[in-house]
Amino acid sequence: MSDIPSELRFAETHEWAELLEDGVVRVGVSDHAQEQLGDLVFVELPEKGEEITRGEACAVVESVKAASDIYAPLTGEVVSVNEALNDSPETVNNDPYGDGWLFTVKPSDEGELDQLMDADAYAEHIEE
Amino acid sequence: MSQKTPLYDEHMEAGARMVEFAGWQLPIRYGSLVEEHHAVRRHAGMFDVSHMTVVDIEGAGARDALRRLLANDVDKIREPGQAIYGCMLDERGGIIDDLITYRLEDDFYRMVVNAATRAGDLAWMERQLADFDAKVTERDDLAMIAVQGPEAIDHVVELLGAPDVASLKPFRSLVQGDCFVARTGYTGEDGCEIILPNGIAPELWRKLVERGVVPCGLGARDSLRLEAGLNLYGQDMDRDTTPLESNLAWTVAFQPSDRDFVGREALEQQKSEGVTRQLVGLVLGTGGIPRQGVRVVTDAGDGVVTSGGFSPTLERPVAMARIPQAAGDEVIVELRGRELPAQVVKLPFVRNGKPREGLLPS
Repeated sequence: MSDIPSELRFAETHEWAELLEDGVVRVGVSDHAQEQLGDLVFVELPEKGEEITRGEACAVVESVKAASDIYAPLTGEVVSVNEALNDSPETVNNDPYGDGWLFTVKPSDEGELDQLMDADAYAEHIEE
Repeated sequence: MSQKTPLYDEHMEAGARMVEFAGWQLPIRYGSLVEEHHAVRRHAGMFDVSHMTVVDIEGAGARDALRRLLANDVDKIREPGQAIYGCMLDERGGIIDDLITYRLEDDFYRMVVNAATRAGDLAWMERQLADFDAKVTERDDLAMIAVQGPEAIDHVVELLGAPDVASLKPFRSLVQGDCFVARTGYTGEDGCEIILPNGIAPELWRKLVERGVVPCGLGARDSLRLEAGLNLYGQDMDRDTTPLESNLAWTVAFQPSDRDFVGREALEQQKSEGVTRQLVGLVLGTGGIPRQGVRVVTDAGDGVVTSGGFSPTLERPVAMARIPQAAGDEVIVELRGRELPAQVVKLPFVRNGKPREGLLPS
């Protein structure tokens, strides 16, 4: 059974978003997604300062077998990226909601967060 | 509707992630692909390869038939139970399939061909062998388990009570009870492939699990064969490529010169005109993993990645690519709009569980 923290919001494409105290949103992939992807061996993150658009591909995660796009759950400017993943992409598998975060984004419209699914809705989504 | 191997229930019970492959339901991985990969390189792993097609060729004309059908020569086989690897070609020299052929008795040969090419292979064989006294029989009553890794043979010897398996040379086989055991594989490690009746396959599989042999899926099978520099039909070679362009010139027996195998004329012409493409290994640094179809830019023109992935043993991206024969050692792989430098290397990437010497900067 996959882990779904109740304080997070989720996109249909399996990214999670967490509103931090400074109004910045941290983004990663769900436990379900990392399990589906398998052992990650390479992560390509957006550039700091890059404008990303909700629903559009903004990063790539690669397993031994395949490359998968990560879609921006929100529109905004990338504030920071998790550089540690360059050396240890497997952290996304081991700790998808903690040290395996991908990047943070300053949303142009915080209201977009409410359009993401809550934990219950996401649990239903991955049951389907 | 896809087919299930006799080991389907074992895979489901083990919680395998299943995929459809060549019309069969097969495990892609059970847990971690990388752990399955390392189990084979370091200890012992096993694969359900029951989807592969076993074809028996019997009759007084079997030998002549196979000397016509295959680019390699079954007359290289010196003793019963021995096998050769090679290609079945069309008249243009294009590869219809790659396969292993065992001679079991003077008039009795066994071939193991790819599942993905099964229908075409069987039709081709029927047509080519129509004029020979050789009967083609598909053996769908047989399952196949590949046990691979440095400890694989020990497990099989003890489990089957078959000490002779330990002294089998590569590409030799023996029959032990209901099991046909061959010292072959698709991982670059020591090990064997066991062909056995469907009904007893699950029991052997379970006993191997009890002994600690790690079930491995198609994912690890692919990453292991890539490291070992072994071609995958449909990716690294197909009807539009010849063995001479596929790192398989060693499997074509031009001698004796009077053996008229299908495709011979085309290959001889290609040889005399000069082979213009080659299949090579590429080693990359970081920056992403090249996949099939990605463009390779060389100083002698463009090439293409035929298989690519992350090598768990080398801990870096590797690929097989078809590039111009005249290309230099430094090439560029174009990936997602970026240009990644890559080094052209001889295959395999990994030998005896270790990166091949000189392949990695120390």
